[in-house]
Amino acid sequence: MIRLPAIAALASLLLPASWATAAENEAVTTFTLDNGMEVVVVEDHRAPSVQQMVWYRAGSADEPKGSSGVAHFLEHLLFKATDKMESGEFSATVAKNGGRDNAFTSYDYTAYFQRVAADRLELMMRMESDRMKNIRLTPENIETERNVIIEERNQRTENDPSALFREQMNAAQFLNHRYGTPVIGWMHEMRELDLQDALDFYDLYYSPNNAILVVSGDVDPDEVRSLAEKYYGVIPANPALPERFRTQEPPQTAARRITFSDPRVAQEYVMRSYLAPERDSGAQKEAAALTILAEILGGGTTSYLVEKLQFDSQVATYAGSFYRGQSLDDTTFNLIVVPQPNVSLQEAEDAMDAAIAEFMESGVDPEQLDRIKQQIRAEQIYSRDDADSVANRYGSALAIGLTVDDVQQWPDVLEVVTAEDIMQAARDVFDRKASVTGWLTREEADQ
Amino acid sequence: MRLFYAIVLTFVTALPLRAEVDIQEVTSPGGLKAWLVEEHSIPFVALDVRFKGGASLDAPEKRGAINLMTGLLEEGAGEMDAREFARASEGLATRFRFSVDDDALSVSSRFLVENQDASVALLKEALQNPRFDEEAIERVRGQVLSGIRSSAQDPNDIARETMDGLLYGDHPYATSTDGTIESVTALTRDDLIAAHDAVLARDRIFIGAVGDITPEALGVLLDDLLGDLPETGAPMPPRADVTVPSGVTVVDFPTPQSVAIFAQKGIDQKNDDWFAATVMNQILGGGSFESRLMDEVREKRGLTYGVYSYLVPMDLAETYQGSVSSANDRIGTAMDVIRDEWAKMATEGVTQQELDDAKTYITGSYPLRFDGNQTIASILVGMQMLDLPIDYIPTRNDKVEAVTLDDVKRVAGELLNPDGLAFVVVGQPEGVETTATSSD
Repeated sequence: MIRLPAIAALASLLLPASWATAAENEAVTTFTLDNGMEVVVVEDHRAPSVQQMVWYRAGSADEPKGSSGVAHFLEHLLFKATDKMESGEFSATVAKNGGRDNAFTSYDYTAYFQRVAADRLELMMRMESDRMKNIRLTPENIETERNVIIEERNQRTENDPSALFREQMNAAQFLNHRYGTPVIGWMHEMRELDLQDALDFYDLYYSPNNAILVVSGDVDPDEVRSLAEKYYGVIPANPALPERFRTQEPPQTAARRITFSDPRVAQEYVMRSYLAPERDSGAQKEAAALTILAEILGGGTTSYLVEKLQFDSQVATYAGSFYRGQSLDDTTFNLIVVPQPNVSLQEAEDAMDAAIAEFMESGVDPEQLDRIKQQIRAEQIYSRDDADSVANRYGSALAIGLTVDDVQQWPDVLEVVTAEDIMQAARDVFDRKASVTGWLTREEADQ
Repeated sequence: MRLFYAIVLTFVTALPLRAEVDIQEVTSPGGLKAWLVEEHSIPFVALDVRFKGGASLDAPEKRGAINLMTGLLEEGAGEMDAREFARASEGLATRFRFSVDDDALSVSSRFLVENQDASVALLKEALQNPRFDEEAIERVRGQVLSGIRSSAQDPNDIARETMDGLLYGDHPYATSTDGTIESVTALTRDDLIAAHDAVLARDRIFIGAVGDITPEALGVLLDDLLGDLPETGAPMPPRADVTVPSGVTVVDFPTPQSVAIFAQKGIDQKNDDWFAATVMNQILGGGSFESRLMDEVREKRGLTYGVYSYLVPMDLAETYQGSVSSANDRIGTAMDVIRDEWAKMATEGVTQQELDDAKTYITGSYPLRFDGNQTIASILVGMQMLDLPIDYIPTRNDKVEAVTLDDVKRVAGELLNPDGLAFVVVGQPEGVETTATSSD
């Protein structure tokens, strides 16, 4: 099987990092500092390295209206000066210590990380705790870095018709929720972002009671605790931290269709997204069923859509389904079909709908479900080879309101999902009134 | 503030870590050589097998055959068709990844100890008895063609292919390993069988294994898995003659941001100056936020999201390349800044501070690479393909430490060719015209 570049990029955007793993296999310690900062330690003593991550419960979906992209802009600006450090000194210091560092922003969180030799952890904490409160920005920083994020948008989105199409899909899917606005921001609003926008976001959201520290690697949890208390524990909580309320979706009552056309499109395809529930603390069952449904329908060579559309009818070059359950608010369940050259998008869409209808009749193949569960169990062994991915899973879960218990129970929740649970989840999620059907085409669309 | 600096200094002067990776050389009863790191704490094995030559062994007029063949290895083998093979692999929770590039066909796998025998048997079928069913050929051919069409509309891929075509003349490196619409459309089942015979042979195998397995068990496993492969395959291609076009080649493509690749001749990894060149590149554009190119093009001027330079030591040619992308009205400025930095490095070299910082980064980050069974298996294969000694890892940082200020200055002067730096620009750059003429 050959991975299609456009699709691989899409899959990496939508797929969860991996299956979850059971707690008994992981050397995971968790605690909370007095100021409310949560701490997760994942031990792996095979190599003398450590990764520190700080996750803030603030992402693009928390931005004020009109300032799209400010969460990500601020992420860039955190590499500038603080009271104690010059602009660029943070990364330079990490590099001088043989480490590498970076950061990323999503709808629901912003996270910063460094990977260094294990004996440099204290230095990393000293610097990361410093920039939680003490950044010092200049007008020149704003001007230059705004150009950088505009070039970033050019590179990731404007130069890629598939990315522009997905942006329009999301905008059509979410009528009232901020998930309809791209994480990097709309270009016209990015151009207007200023110092005050960045500082307002920083002052509101960057504090220990809105952050999670995740340390993974060759570390001792007691030492991590004393270092965390020394550097992060002394920062006062922000009592004015707002509750995380966002505007929610109203009932969605009209199926939407979009056609995005661009002369640069080489491979046309059809995509359908359905509004879908996400993982909620203490109530992950439906999300677990949807996670396995996505695997059954489009998770690889033996999946239902691939079987029907790539093997039986040979309508498609590629077929898949994706579900991103790790989300604070309602998320999406996606289907995609890339047609063969002689197949129209309408035929591809019809074949996709016929295959889903057939699946709803025939139900889950018990042998396929067994194989998927076997892989989930195996992943609990494989994931021990990658402490950083375990760290990532805890950080991203805690950042969207899940608890350590939720993370640790997730494999068991997946394990007990039944065929009936999956079919019920499928019946609930495949509601055309809450869907967007999108065509990515090369020619201009006929109006 | 002073205290803060003092502590930073303490860390910087601390001795760099040594990577502790205990590699054993294993020779199977049948004579296959492998490097093994035993790691019994997790009950699985990561196995990396590479066949040197890769897609550069494509026969004339058959470009893309080896890539298509590689894509078909897991699409039916022995008694199993594609779907039966996939079900068997899922049922064992094993994972095989087949890929090919200019220099090697790579098979990376992982399997649970409890499923080891069945997993190895399955992989053996894929490597030795692929079926190349007509139905599977057509299906995967469709995927490859879709990828080729996408590349033709992707500014990054267009830039890459244009630059490769200019650099490598009629060598296989000059064209995409995927092949062209025409060449892939024309491939037959016989071509795929010939491609398989050309690449999958015992005389070009490199093997790395990490995990819960003993040397004895690995030897037996390898003979079972690979022992029946033919002794030899296609002859290795010749070295490529690198021809650097002087000046700029613009490929008109309607997109808001221009993508540029720049290139000149490089240096090979066996050269005594390799580490001096590595240190020099780290300072010039080696991927960190601190490089001169990042500082000048991104941090100071906001002209790009990323600009990088990289030494490209392929098996059959050495080049030094880099990339940047900027809005059509700003790419010209970015290119000017890059040229200036190239010239400045060539004439002035680097400062003592830059040298020290680059060394601490390169030496300090080295042990961080060895961060998982699968990564280490891949590193073990790469070391063998470079013909490095088995005790190389603990000596490598000493070679970096030995690089002096004079070494870097001399190598920068010898290696860098500011006037001969070739640019390929894909987009609609303002104020940038094609000036290239082919020359050495």
